[in-house]
Amino acid sequence: MADPLHRSLGLTDEELSKIIEILEREPNHLELAMYSVMWSEHCSYKSSRIHLKRLPTQGENVLVGPGENAGVIDVGDGIAIALRIESHNHPSYIEPYQGAATGVGGIIRDIFTMGARPIAIMDPLRFGPLEDARSRWVAEGVVSGISGYGNSVGVPNIGGEIVFDQTYLGNPLVNVLCVGIMPKERLVLGQASGVGNLAVLLGSTTGRDGIGGVSVLASAGFGNEEEDAEKRPSVQVGDPFEEKRLIEGCLELLNEGLVVGIQDLGGAGLACAASETASRGGVGMDFNVSAVPQRESGMQPFEIMTSESQERMLAIVTPENLEQVFSICSKWEIRSSVVGKVTPSGSLRIVSDFDGEVLGEVPASSLHEDAPLYQRPIREPDDMDDATADEATKLPKPERIEDDLLDLLTSPSWATSQYDSQLFLNTVVGPGSDAAVLRLKHPTSGVDTGRGLALTTDGNHRWCAVNPRIGTVMTVAESVLNLACVGAVPQALVNCLNFGNPENPIVMWQLSEAVDGMAESCNAFELPVIGGNVSLYNESQGTNIDPTPIVGVIGLIKELVAAPPGLSWNDGDRIILLGPEASGLCGSAWAFQKGHRRGSLEMVDFELHQRLCALTRSLVTERLVTGLHDISTGGLGVCAAEMAIDSDIGCTLARIPDHISFFSESSSRVLIAVNAERIPEVEDLADQYDVPYARMGLAHGDMFTVKDLLSIPVSDLQQKWNNRLADALDGGTAQE
Amino acid sequence: MSQKIGVVVFPGSNCEMDAMEAFSDLGASPRLLWHADRDIGGVDAVVIPGGFAHGDYLRPGAIARFSPAMEAIIDFAHNGGPVLGICNGFQVLTEAGLLPGALQKNAGLKFLCKEVELRVETTNSVLTNMAYEGQTLRIPINHFEGNFTCTDETLTKLQSNGQIILTYTENPNGSIANIAAICNAQRNVVGLMPHPERACHALLGSTDGRTLLESFIQGAHANV
Repeated sequence: MADPLHRSLGLTDEELSKIIEILEREPNHLELAMYSVMWSEHCSYKSSRIHLKRLPTQGENVLVGPGENAGVIDVGDGIAIALRIESHNHPSYIEPYQGAATGVGGIIRDIFTMGARPIAIMDPLRFGPLEDARSRWVAEGVVSGISGYGNSVGVPNIGGEIVFDQTYLGNPLVNVLCVGIMPKERLVLGQASGVGNLAVLLGSTTGRDGIGGVSVLASAGFGNEEEDAEKRPSVQVGDPFEEKRLIEGCLELLNEGLVVGIQDLGGAGLACAASETASRGGVGMDFNVSAVPQRESGMQPFEIMTSESQERMLAIVTPENLEQVFSICSKWEIRSSVVGKVTPSGSLRIVSDFDGEVLGEVPASSLHEDAPLYQRPIREPDDMDDATADEATKLPKPERIEDDLLDLLTSPSWATSQYDSQLFLNTVVGPGSDAAVLRLKHPTSGVDTGRGLALTTDGNHRWCAVNPRIGTVMTVAESVLNLACVGAVPQALVNCLNFGNPENPIVMWQLSEAVDGMAESCNAFELPVIGGNVSLYNESQGTNIDPTPIVGVIGLIKELVAAPPGLSWNDGDRIILLGPEASGLCGSAWAFQKGHRRGSLEMVDFELHQRLCALTRSLVTERLVTGLHDISTGGLGVCAAEMAIDSDIGCTLARIPDHISFFSESSSRVLIAVNAERIPEVEDLADQYDVPYARMGLAHGDMFTVKDLLSIPVSDLQQKWNNRLADALDGGTAQE
Repeated sequence: MSQKIGVVVFPGSNCEMDAMEAFSDLGASPRLLWHADRDIGGVDAVVIPGGFAHGDYLRPGAIARFSPAMEAIIDFAHNGGPVLGICNGFQVLTEAGLLPGALQKNAGLKFLCKEVELRVETTNSVLTNMAYEGQTLRIPINHFEGNFTCTDETLTKLQSNGQIILTYTENPNGSIANIAAICNAQRNVVGLMPHPERACHALLGSTDGRTLLESFIQGAHANV
């Protein structure tokens, strides 16, 4: 016997009972379809909400916190900044190009919905190993999707990360962050108010693409290939030109003060936009499905209401302003139709015409506010004690440490050179540095404030696999330090929590621990969490991905008079390590390379870390360093190698007795290059900030040498660094 | 009186504000021109900026050339008015027949965003009159379809007339004869794939683009 309808739509029997309780009757197909998408994991956060409450969201600079389309902070000079991060993991595995492209489109709409002009994108990406053909296909498709859509829609892509690892073999991660800028007074919220006001649908036609995308795709794991291929029609198709006109048209509508509220259509389509705007405004809405411009004939009302066709917005407009709205839309060649009327009822009524048949009626707020909230079972893995005791320092030392180092070098430029990173003339530091840096210009006058915005995204599945709480703390600490390396003070954080199946108690334990780690570190760094996204069911054939919380942190640079130093050193510079001595190898890229995935992590010393960040900012601001780089994936070894590669100058380092201190990724460490004459000042400053330091060696020549450990030509490092991705992904045919 | 430079906006253009900022920083008076307006408002020079006019659908520039503003710009160019097409603007100018040749997909079949080195081949154009021959300039490129191509006959003509005004010192995209910029036979219409407006501020990495834009402002002055 076939499954009952509610189950095939992804609703449980208990959820159906709750719907019957709310409606005091059986729902019809249309109503059930709307509940199924709105109550999906992706839209309702039903498994994670209970945990997310523990995150700190307050701050003096916070204008809008979590729960809106994007978080917004006040950065002074009358300027507000909107920030959001999202995942498009599931669609990108099924259809990489369109999955990634529509991820970019969706996040951009979230930003201009708030009234902000999107000024930059970043993409943290995770794929299966380069040796795997499907993973290469996914990676190539995702990168061209981001490039194809992002460049055309005209929002620069200023960085992110690209990581290849076995854990993402059947489930890549495609996260995307967007930042937007607006005059503070233009801030708008996605709500309908004023009975008699009209809901106007802007943009693309509504088709059958993406029906049930949030429930069928994003809220279930992957099984076998045949079933996955059947999900392909649930992936939406993007049109960057439509989106570009929507950006310009909507910003013009907002500038002219012609809309009361505006909401983008993303997951769960019209069902979500109509119910959220009505419910936020404390009103109801009559929604006329026949007025929705349709891409194909014979669409059922439930298809129209749940379609995830891209590049659509819902604007709430007073009847007096309607003609002007139509006129601006026509200038930008944007389709616009009145599809709804604001009513005092509190109900979302779907009608066949404004005075036609009522096809469905539900309390608008019930679609999201009454969504189920689950306290799912949590269980710490049984073998935690054994796992913790299993130290990676016990692994045999490498036979040829040079080879292990080479294996850890990967330049992201194969991907990032396909993105326009410079549009809008803001990009002072683009992809490939510790953090990206943008000039902060006033959004309407264009006047340069002389200050800078800095952005970084960070995530480390290895640390989080070993210990999700400390791993997350280390991730946030790394972000804060990345910002310090460009002289920026952190202002706010957004997160994308990528985890496995929440019905697995161990996955829920990982999520809960990660949230605790994030709360702990954000409290310590006084960093408000202004938004986030949770992506669950990242599993393939029953295997969950390593927990991968990704954070995006935005910082401010007080005086941006010159580009920050960057990674390069000069011939003759002294190389100094700031921070404590290395400890342990667990969770390091080197240990994972050897198949060692357990052990313990040392907790970040928040006070020391804060002092290190302050010292680093001073060194950058006072221009006391030639180059600098924080120590992270690959440890001191990869950090120094990347500096040598970037400078095209070698070095001789000492005080690195073994592979442990070479590859350890313990926190709170920065490698700096200093002109010999400035050493007393630098060391004085380090003393003042009470940060330990050690003189490590000298930048010179064309060999990368660590005394008693290894010596290798810088050109060999460069070769591996530059060619790894191009060789693997273009079949070795890439130019350059 | 500073030069009035019209910057054309098509739906899908995205470098118009960058061009406005760069020209205004150099002392000119840039203003936006809407593609649907037949009237270009008595400007001294016209810039067609980068982006994806009409989504680059069909072919880059193929739809944009039918915009009403283009009719006026073609007349303006035929009367000797300085016209500069940057990146997508270059593509539009070739489609509109104001410049010879065409721009096809990069040889690597990938979008490319990077700084390149250009060599000034001639100073006899509205884009290079303030540069010197043989000067090298570091300016970013940012395109998927920047691979200039033309018939042998056209190439010979471009070479013998000195219409090739900038070349790449290391060819990034497969362009024939390393061509980065050309001008028409009258030397008042120029198209280039690199983005000089992105190289006008020390914080952005290079100020070499100023030489080209200042030349163009000078060209606009001469036209007044």
